[in-house]
Parts: sequence; C-alpha cells; structure tokens
Amino acid sequence: MTDASVPQNVAPPPAEVPDVDLYHAHSWITKYVFSQDAKVIAIQYAGTAIAVGILALVLSWVIRLQLAFPGAIPFIDANVYYQSVTMHGMIMVVYMLTAIFLGGFGNYLIPLMVGARDMVFPYVNMLSYWVYLIATLVLVSSYFFPGGPTGAGWTLYPPQSILTGTPGHEYGIILMLVSLILFIVGFTMGGLNYVVTVLQARTRGMTLMRMPLTVWGIFSAAVMALLAFPGLFVACLMLLLDRTLGTSFFMPSLVELGERKDYVGGSPILFQHLFWFFGHPEVYIVALPAFGIVSDLISVHARKNIFGYRMMVWAIIAIGVLSMVVWGHHMYISGMDPWFGFFFAVTTLAIAVPTALKVYNWVLTLWHADIHFTTPMLFALGFLVTFVNGGITGLYLGNVIVDVPLSATLFVVAHFHMVMGIAPVLVIFGAIYHWYPKITGRMMDERLGKIHFWITFLGAYAIFFPMHYLGVLGMPRRFYEMGETAFVPASAATLNIVITVIALAVGFAQSIFFYNLFKSLKYGAPAGGNPWRAASLEWQTPETPPGHGNWGKHLPVVYRWPYAYSVPGAPEDYLPQNAPPVRGEHSP
Amino acid sequence: MTAEPVTTEHVTTETTLRSSLLGMVSDWSSDQRSFKSASWGKAMMWIFLVSDTFVFSCFLISYMTVRMSTTVEWPHPSEIFALEIGGKKIPLILIAIMTFDLITSSGTMAMAVNFAYARERRKAAILMLVTAFFGAAFVGMQAFEWTKLIHEGVRPWGNPFGAAQFGSSFFMITGFHGFHVSIGVIFLLIVARAVWRGDYDVGRRGFFTSRKGRYEIVEIMGLYWHFVDLVWVFIFAFFYLW
Repeated sequence: MTDASVPQNVAPPPAEVPDVDLYHAHSWITKYVFSQDAKVIAIQYAGTAIAVGILALVLSWVIRLQLAFPGAIPFIDANVYYQSVTMHGMIMVVYMLTAIFLGGFGNYLIPLMVGARDMVFPYVNMLSYWVYLIATLVLVSSYFFPGGPTGAGWTLYPPQSILTGTPGHEYGIILMLVSLILFIVGFTMGGLNYVVTVLQARTRGMTLMRMPLTVWGIFSAAVMALLAFPGLFVACLMLLLDRTLGTSFFMPSLVELGERKDYVGGSPILFQHLFWFFGHPEVYIVALPAFGIVSDLISVHARKNIFGYRMMVWAIIAIGVLSMVVWGHHMYISGMDPWFGFFFAVTTLAIAVPTALKVYNWVLTLWHADIHFTTPMLFALGFLVTFVNGGITGLYLGNVIVDVPLSATLFVVAHFHMVMGIAPVLVIFGAIYHWYPKITGRMMDERLGKIHFWITFLGAYAIFFPMHYLGVLGMPRRFYEMGETAFVPASAATLNIVITVIALAVGFAQSIFFYNLFKSLKYGAPAGGNPWRAASLEWQTPETPPGHGNWGKHLPVVYRWPYAYSVPGAPEDYLPQNAPPVRGEHSP
Repeated sequence: MTAEPVTTEHVTTETTLRSSLLGMVSDWSSDQRSFKSASWGKAMMWIFLVSDTFVFSCFLISYMTVRMSTTVEWPHPSEIFALEIGGKKIPLILIAIMTFDLITSSGTMAMAVNFAYARERRKAAILMLVTAFFGAAFVGMQAFEWTKLIHEGVRPWGNPFGAAQFGSSFFMITGFHGFHVSIGVIFLLIVARAVWRGDYDVGRRGFFTSRKGRYEIVEIMGLYWHFVDLVWVFIFAFFYLW
C-alpha cells in the first residue's frame, strides 16, 4: 500500500462508474415525506430518534424519582418503575443511539463525505426509515394496551420476561419483540446501503485511507450491526414463539404461583448468549461512530491533522473484530465454565489496547495544537473525559472476580452510562453543533451552546460519578425499593436525592439546546459554506444546504486526505480535499 | 522426472496467490470501488447474504444447543421423516426428493442467468419460470410434510415422539427457510415477467421504484436463489441426517 514509487497527489484515474440516474421528486410529499434523498431521510431518522429519546429521558426521571423518594410519588408503583427501567434502556440503546448515529449521521454524512450523489439504493433507504418509524410506533403503542409495556428489563431475560408476574406480560412483551424484529429488518435495509455506499460509490481519488474517520466509524459500526443484529433477531423470534405458541426454546419446566407451567426443558442461558452476541457489539455500534466523529471534531477545531490516522483506522477495525468475541463478560454471574470466563476476560481486556491507542492519539492531536474552544470542541473534550472514565471502570468489570460482586450494583449503571450513555450523547450534541451550519445554512448560538455544554457535562458527572460510590457500597441496581438493608448506610439515601435533583435539572436544561436548535433555524447567523474552515469533502458542496444530488453538475475529485490542516506553503491554514495539489505538498 | 513439474506448479500457485493478494490490496486501497468487478446491486446482495448467513447460523446453533441440552430423548429423524410407499416405510424419501428438486432449480437458475446475459429473453424467462415452479413445488412438498407431521401429533409445543424442542425447531427453521424460498419465488415471477416483456431493453421504469432495471438483476436474483439452496443443504445435514 505504501508504495514509494507511486507519486502522491497526481490527478486520480477517470471515473469507473457512469454518474447515477437520480430520482427527482415531483411533489411536496415525495420531496419531504416519502423522500428518497439521504439528507431528508437523515433528518427524519434523527427527528424520530430524538423524539423517542425525550420519552426515554422522561422515563429516567420516573426511575430517579422512585430511587430518591421511594413510595412518595403516588403513580410510581413497582410496575411503572420496572416498565420505565425497561423502556428507558431499550429506547436509549436501540431506538435512539443506534438510529441517530447510523440512520441520522450515517445518512447525512456518508454520501457527502465520500463524494457520492446519494446512497446507492435510495428507495431501499427510504423503506428503511419507514420500517424504523413503524417499529418505534409499535413499541410506544404498548403504553396503550392493557398491562402496558413490558417491565422485563431491557435485557428481556426469560423465563422472567414472559411469566405472568412481570408487568406487560399480556401485550407489552409481544409488542416489544415485534418492534425489535421490525427495527432489525429496517436497519438491515439501511445498513446495506451505508456499507455498499462506502465500499463502492466513492468519488475519484477518495481511497479508503482518505476517508474521514467519521465515515470509518459509521462504516465499521454498520458492518458490525449487520453481523450482530441476527443474534437479536433470532432471540426475539424464539422468545416470541415461546410467549405466543408455547414452545420451550428458553423456558425450563417451572412452577409459577403453585401452578406447573407447560414449558419443558428449554435453556434460558441460550437466550443470554444470543442476546449478548448482539448486545456487546451494540455497545461498539454506538461507540465507533462516536469515535469517528470525535476525531473529526478535534482535528477541525484544533487546526491540526489527526495524530496517527492509519493507526486510528486499524484501531477501529481491531475494536470491531474483538468486540464480536467478548459477549460472555455480560454473563459472568450467569455461571459459566471458568475457562470461558478466562477467555472472555482476556478478550475484553485486550480491547483496551486499541481503545487506549485512540485516546492517546486524540490527546496527541491536541498537543501543541491551535485549540479553538468552540461548542463542538467542548463537547468533544467532554467526551474524552467521560469516555476515559467509563473505559477504566470497564477494565474493572472485565475481570471476573471484580465483576462478580459489582455486577448487580449501581457501579455497573455508572460504568455503562459513562461509557455508552453520556459519552456518545456528548458526541451527538457536538456533532449537531458542528454540522448544523451545513444542514441549515445557519450557525447555532455559541453562547447558549456553551451554557448547554457546561450544564450537561458537569451535571452528567454529578449524576453518574457518585453512582460508582453507591455501587461499591453495595447498593443494588433495578431494585424498586431498598427496604431494610443493613449494609447500605442512611447517607446513601441523601446521595440518591442529590442525584435525582441534579438529573431533573440537567434534563430540563436540555430545553436550552432545543430552544437554540429551533431559534437558530430562523435567527442564526448565516454560516456560509464552510464556517469551520474544515478540509473534509462535505463542507465543499456548491450549495449550502447541499442540493439534491449534492454536487451540482460534476462530482468532486479528491487529491488528499481530509486532515490537511496547517499545511506549509498552502494559501490558507487548511487545504480542502478537492483543492488541486499545492507544490511541495506531502499530504497522504 | 516427476519432481520438476511439481515444483513449477508449486511456484506458479505461490506467485498467483501472492499476485492475487497484491491485487486485492491495490483494489482496496484504490479509489471509487473496493470490489472492482461488482456492481452496487451485486455487492449489496453479497453483503446481505453474509448477514443472512448469521441469521441462519444463529438458528442452527440454537437448535443444536437445545437438542444437546434437553434431557428428553430426541425423536429419530429417519423414522419421523419416513413415508409409507407401497406398504414399505422409506426413510427420508420426501426430503431426498425436496433436496433434489431444490438443487435442480439451482441448475435452471444458472442457465437463466446465462441466457439473460446473452439477451435470449424468452429462454431466460422460461427458465426462471421453471425455477420458480421448482421453488413452489418445494414449498408445496414442505406443506405436505408439515401436514403429515401435524396429523401425527407434532406441534410447536410438544410431540408424542420425544423432546418438545423437536417440533419447535422443526417448524421454526423449515418455516423460516420456506419463507425465504417463497419470497424468492415471488421475485422470480416478477423478474421473469420483466425479462419476458423486454423491460430491461426498453428501459421501462419500475412501478414502485421508478427506476430502470438491468439484466444483471437476473444474476443478483440467482445469487439469492443459490444461497437459499445452500442453506437448505445445511438444514438437511443438521436436522434430518443428524
């Protein structure tokens, strides 16, 4: 690959594929509702994901209120509490984070960043969104069925999830499983588009090793999702059959309320394996796009090329591969052969190597850089801190003997909220502040953005950092109320109240963001085409916001990587990817 | 005497391996396309099939897990899947016919692809219809098999022959595979109609997608069809022969 005889920055070879025959919308409905334009689909995806994310945010308040003031709020009984825990978890992980990173940012950024006119199959892409929307509606509709949504916990472990003692066992669990199956079908259509667009529809000169890390992150996440979601698909289908037809895939013989059930001889552990075969890669399906986006934010706002680009790419790939073989670390306390525990602990800890490499590279990018403390940069830095924090507790929990006592406590809640809750959400905010000018043509308000950042970042820390302490004290997670628990001191209750008050405040403070989002649509300062003076291709479109087909008459031609900042001899401190080569330039 | 040609052959295989690896690297590190000979549609179908492979693998591994972990004895496939023909019980006869039928359909599909690229529309369309017929016959025989087992008392939740998971796995896995075949038959009929009418020559736009199709769609259809056949071979081996 690094063949020295190949001259750098020569004009790329001619186009291998003729320009595409675009579908042109004729009416308002085909342009904005049943749209086949990836940019519109992206906004539909992101809008739906954010809407359902707000629902999940409100549900987290229900959880926090119960934990702080047990029994004091009349409408929160044990059923409502468990339903809130379940829906909060499932919505946030699958319907919000996965959908917004891949469906939202993936759809918007991939064609623009690789220099394509659209996704390769726009019609399938459109179907993907509508199936996702139906899946979301099916899930939310469970609130309107007798018994309400399922309260099985987001992991849906059988046998408990389909027994009559669990809230929502009548319809909630069925709707949840159907919704997940629909989500996977919809996602597969989108995911195939993202992967094939990256592999086959790049513009001239856009080699794989010249793609922005954002594209690398989303691409790897989409590949992983295509391989991991089958596990969830099969698990959901089999659990659905257990619930509706009375098969016994996961259900052992058991007695419930003095009555012997008809189930016989199934394996509950099998479900856990299938679920976590999806569930662990899912963490990285959310994290890899965040890694990629953060790399670009840091590079642009620090005016410096990303440190160790090649290693960053290989680290993403290594993390993706390794994360497919670590699922067992979620099941240490389910009981497993010690050798399996050993294997899964080793693979889990091995992931720390490429991950730490990425963190070092981000920090080294910032080293001696011209750092601009813009709102996107602040969010990127916030991500670095929370991610390192959550990653280090991940090293604790990856070890079997440390995990066993901590697994059922708030320590785990603190860990995964830091690493795959707060960290990716900070990236989402940063990315919205960063790309909003390209999407709308206007800047978001910087002052409101900074207020939003400090409240969100410090608030999130104040919420989740004390939870580590509560977890080490032994405070269990998922308990509706503690009752008389000798080993948890009374001061823990005070701490819980503090956490809840902050959680409510930080939740409400998000309205600053939404106010900014909508206000800037009309009153934001005009952004121009490239307000951040960024080098990557999406900022070089002839129109802002980019028109249908993205590139006007001719597709761009790429001459260098997307990180040509502070290039000696260049007229400005950055060189766009599609600017003709400069004499004496050594960009890859 | 024999030593020399062997060495030469050895060297040539090594250089081709080396050169093909280098070719792969240069394709992947070049611009525009990573798979130089694959169109968008073909690449998409291949990647979908990889994903679908994971779905079927999860099904089969789950089936093997429950089969091994259940404490009740597993029903004997060669007795369950036997047909009485002329007063004699012949084990797996229906499955043998079904497998033969499906593999034959792969052959006709491959011929259809060939004729489609040769622009012999009528032959291609007829061969696709024949393929669809074999597919439909397969699903029909599967329906017959299901009916027979249901008459004998096999249900998803239990059966008189042994472990309850036998019926569960059987109906789920063959059902899911039959669903794939049925989808394939529907799309074969649609594509056969388009080929017969010459839609791909005149550039007629699709009803839903408003896009022009190409003869390549026959080959992409073929990829899916061969995959469904291949999956059946694994189901046949793991479910019926084990």
